[in-house]
Amino acid sequence: MHGRVKVKSTAQQEEEKRKEREKKLKAFVSARDAVLRKRSAGEHDEEALQLTQQLLSSNPDFATLWNYRREVLLQLETSREKDEVQKLYESELHFIEACLKVNPKSYGCWHHRSWVNTRLPQPDWTRELGLCDRCLSLDERNFHCWDYRRVVVKESGVSVEQELQFTDRLIGSNFSNYSSWHYRSTLLPQLHPQPAPDSASNTSPSPTASPQIHSHRVCEEQLLKEYELAHNAFFTDPNDQSAWFYYRWLLGRAEREEMISCVYVSRERERVSVAFSKPVHAQSEGLMLVLDGQPQQVEWRSTHPRLRHSPVWLCDLPPGSVSDISNEHNLTVHWTEKYTHRDCALYTGCAESWCRDSATDQELFRSELSVEKSSVLQAELQSCNQLLELEPQNKWCLLTIILLMRALDPLGHEKETLAHFQTLKEVDPMRSSYYSDLCSKFLIENTILKMEYAEVRVFSLSNKNLTTLCHLDQLLLVTHINLSSNQLLRLPPQFAMLQCLEVLEADDNAIESLEGLYHLPKLEEVSLRNNQICKLSDLESLASCTKLTRLDLRGNPVHKTANIDSELSQLLPLVTALSL
Amino acid sequence: MFLLYFKTWRIPVLKICCVHFGYCVFKCVYFSVRHDIACHVTVCSFKMAAEDLPSQFDVVILGTGLTESVIAAACSRVGQSVLHLDRRNYYAGNWASFTFNGLLSWIEEYKNQQKVQITESEQVWRSLIDEGEDVVPLSSVDSSISNLEVFCYASEEEEKEEETKAPLTSCQPVNAETVSEETTGDSTEAQDTVTEPSQSQEEKDSQPISSPADPPVEVEKKITYQKLVKEGRRFNIDLVSKLMYSRGALVDLLIKSNVSRYAEFKNIGHILTCRNGKVEQVPCSRADVFASKQLTVVEKRMLMKFLTFCLDFEQHPEEYQDYTEKPFREFLKNKKLTENLQDFVLHSIAMVTQQTLTEEGLKATQHFLRCLGRYGNTPFLFPLYGLGEIPQCFCRMCAVFGGIYCLRHSVQCLVVDKASNKVKAVIDTRGQKISCSHFVVEDSYIRDEQRQSTAYRQISRAVLITDRSVLPSESDQQISLVTIPPLESSAPAVRMVELCSSSMTCMPGTYLVHLTCSSSGTAQEDLAPVVSELFHVSTIPGEEPSEGAEERSKPAVLWVMYFNMRDTSALDSSSYSLPSNVHVCTGPDGSLGSDCSIKLAESVFHHILPDEEFCPPAPNPEDIIYDGDGPQAEGPGFDESVNTEAEEEGAAHEKNPSTEPAEMDSVADTTPSSEE
Repeated sequence: MHGRVKVKSTAQQEEEKRKEREKKLKAFVSARDAVLRKRSAGEHDEEALQLTQQLLSSNPDFATLWNYRREVLLQLETSREKDEVQKLYESELHFIEACLKVNPKSYGCWHHRSWVNTRLPQPDWTRELGLCDRCLSLDERNFHCWDYRRVVVKESGVSVEQELQFTDRLIGSNFSNYSSWHYRSTLLPQLHPQPAPDSASNTSPSPTASPQIHSHRVCEEQLLKEYELAHNAFFTDPNDQSAWFYYRWLLGRAEREEMISCVYVSRERERVSVAFSKPVHAQSEGLMLVLDGQPQQVEWRSTHPRLRHSPVWLCDLPPGSVSDISNEHNLTVHWTEKYTHRDCALYTGCAESWCRDSATDQELFRSELSVEKSSVLQAELQSCNQLLELEPQNKWCLLTIILLMRALDPLGHEKETLAHFQTLKEVDPMRSSYYSDLCSKFLIENTILKMEYAEVRVFSLSNKNLTTLCHLDQLLLVTHINLSSNQLLRLPPQFAMLQCLEVLEADDNAIESLEGLYHLPKLEEVSLRNNQICKLSDLESLASCTKLTRLDLRGNPVHKTANIDSELSQLLPLVTALSL
Repeated sequence: MFLLYFKTWRIPVLKICCVHFGYCVFKCVYFSVRHDIACHVTVCSFKMAAEDLPSQFDVVILGTGLTESVIAAACSRVGQSVLHLDRRNYYAGNWASFTFNGLLSWIEEYKNQQKVQITESEQVWRSLIDEGEDVVPLSSVDSSISNLEVFCYASEEEEKEEETKAPLTSCQPVNAETVSEETTGDSTEAQDTVTEPSQSQEEKDSQPISSPADPPVEVEKKITYQKLVKEGRRFNIDLVSKLMYSRGALVDLLIKSNVSRYAEFKNIGHILTCRNGKVEQVPCSRADVFASKQLTVVEKRMLMKFLTFCLDFEQHPEEYQDYTEKPFREFLKNKKLTENLQDFVLHSIAMVTQQTLTEEGLKATQHFLRCLGRYGNTPFLFPLYGLGEIPQCFCRMCAVFGGIYCLRHSVQCLVVDKASNKVKAVIDTRGQKISCSHFVVEDSYIRDEQRQSTAYRQISRAVLITDRSVLPSESDQQISLVTIPPLESSAPAVRMVELCSSSMTCMPGTYLVHLTCSSSGTAQEDLAPVVSELFHVSTIPGEEPSEGAEERSKPAVLWVMYFNMRDTSALDSSSYSLPSNVHVCTGPDGSLGSDCSIKLAESVFHHILPDEEFCPPAPNPEDIIYDGDGPQAEGPGFDESVNTEAEEEGAAHEKNPSTEPAEMDSVADTTPSSEE
């Protein structure tokens, strides 16, 4: 009768399988040993190729074998005609293809393939491109293949247009694949570069140059098309992050120019503080200080020993060089490596002086989204608001709106921004800490802007649910700071950048660590009521603030420490008004 | 008498493996054609020796439509002896596919039937009836097709000097006794190949078919009626037009039963609709919505949101419970979908009417969406060589497990045991009494006397051969589903399936278009307005479209056939006064899928064999041991079949001439005789 099914007992099958496996393992191990013996004997012959081929076709991830194969191939290459070399490497390509079928994500295979193509007298790039297409159609996220594709494209001179069309195709078939979007972001600036700005200021760096560098930018016409593409994607599926990430890349990816943003000099301390646009390591950056035309030998140090890279650096001037208040001095800090410098004049009768670019001038906090035309941003904000109406719970949309609002008018949109942050924390509780930190950052930025508009040196940000402190380098000149009634856990080492700080209020937080209250030369008064300072050792850093006379520690667990009074007066002998 | 020739046979012979096109979707096991043929030949040669059929079967099945064929396969598969009969000379009844010439013969037969009143002689079987037995006569006339009209717009002028018979009159008298000699289900086709071998050879040379339908060239070359006739065997024209939902009951059954290995499939490339006289793409998948140029971004969001909701609408009863008693359309309005989107969802995605209630509409939408992505970006598959392949695949499965097949062989009457009121035997058209425990019959064999209810519906159908696609796109080898919202609100929506030549249903350079709707008048009345809306219908045969740009842009109709088909799908067992072991299978229904037929087949099967599994997987050929011979009995192809994908593909390319219809012809011509 037809159709009778073979039946084998499972135990018998198991046993057979086990035996099969054992046999295979034995064969593999003995072959491996033979190959390794051959290699250590320095034999580079056809047999080695064959043996490694057997092993690699069952395990293409054996990197040593690929290395050995390369040695053998290089050896064989020397003794052959060009035609034969071509054949040799072509058969190698075939072999790699077979291996890739076993494991399409084998590092060894792909690397070897690139290598073989560099050795091939006449590489067939079209074929390689076809292989990439095939692999990517099977697994569009195979990053090995993406990498290899880039190599092939570069070597074979495939035009950028073609590659852009390739990403069009991939995005069209699946817009969730970020690999394609990312590839697009590398192609667009090549294909549609932003025309150079009219002024030549961009090419010759100077302190007055625009803080934004226009590399990796795309011309506006193309940008608008790209916005549309991203709109289509996130309106179709607003929960898909790929398009949102791409959108953020489109909206802004400006890098701030590296520059000296502030020089501050104090007569009394005979000290110069220099703030940079980004954290640097001053000792190795070629900084030069010129005082009244004379280069000075100075020792640069960061504001806190834990900050090896810091945006603020200090140096002490030679004793007596600026201390006479009736003298006028001119100071220049040169950053020789970046060909930039900043001058600062210390006039007669002034105890201190500074020269800086304000955050407002620099549009500092816009750097995340840096489309120049606010009309474009306004239109984008409208689209996003339209989507938000349909999807009031969508976190990507909310976050993008916040960024757009900040780019347009951070102060004008502050209220809406805060409301959106509140929604974000509700719809995405897993990331609520991240949103709190981000919100803190924006609030600090806004407060800095307000402070600058008011031209004061007082920074007040109380009762705003701050969870973190940032942009402290911007507060170099602040004398009074009020951070009361927030959710701060610590005053970080960066807090030591507040070189002019005289009064600190940080009541009603959850501060445990005062690391950042370190060598603040002007700090006189600190109020830390109702915080979480537990140990006497937490207060040790205060001893480095030599002007500190008033300290309020009421409502901290530290008051339970035995002999707290005497211990404290020993630790901080200069503090005259201590409240516990 | 016993036809050895299964149309499906040629497919495995030609296409050992079907994993070769990107759109071919079923993972197909290498299949031993030799094995199947061997078994058919055994069955058939045994039958050839004896004059009569065996006198006893477990199940006798009359009619080879989809439902009957599935039942036949299911019964045979679990060891029942099955006799499967059809009075026609082709398989699949109203599910059949015809070559163009085959269809012309079918039309001729229909016309003859209208004229001839068949006189029946009861005397032959009277003598076979014993005491205590009653007789239920069956109808010998099929009245399921009506209002058939044919119009030809292709130029009738002679293409070449040689005389070709006008095919409408060429239908030769079909003689039951001669058919067996020809061993082909399609006599006209056979005649063509016999009488005009040199001509078809010439054609192959003059028209390189390997590059299917290079449109500019084809458009230049006018397709004449003679050409259609000559190339007639490239057509596989279905009487019913259906697609397979990729998660529908039919696809599930094909996979479960392993019957899928007998056929190949192509996916539907485009889902289109017609709005304001313009054909446009329906955005249904995520990628479509993303790429759509017609929708605004807000519409995109609304549509995606709605579709996402439909996917698991049962989880959100609060969203629709106020609308359960109201039409789906109103629900769509309430969901703030724009007019555009409402049309898309109602007509093209849910494919329901204005009156359909919300829950049913949601279910239909959900079904559509769940089918997306299983085999590509649209939810449908179509069997290469036409829908008629599917019943034949099941017949083949039945035959593999011992079922016996006779075409042009019907049952005159049922013999009913008076005491139990059960059918105990049937008397066939040759006067043989064959006893059986169950009798399965297609509805069209039932006389009106046995009907309790005659409340049929009708399906209006049109079949067109056109010269061009309604939506020209980069790839002209796409199957398109076009849903056409009713022109007036009272009229039914029309469903159109446009098949390209690579679906193996029409000759290169043409498209085969099926229109279907539920009837409100005759097929022509229902569908002619749609045809003239979407196509250029010339007034004089062969006339060039006028130079008007609008007319130029529409595809021209070369040939069209209208007919109505009876839709009995609403009937159930209570609609007939028949013994309890007679199971009536209704014909094809008007819906797009075949779920209704498959569900009916399953329920009939469970009625017959309550304790047996319905279509369990057939064993793989490599798991079968043949009595008396060792494993070497397996076809030589098997060992190679386990090779890597690339080799598999290579092999498919070598062995598979399906892309080269010219070669296919020669094989198809020779295969039947060589098997005999």
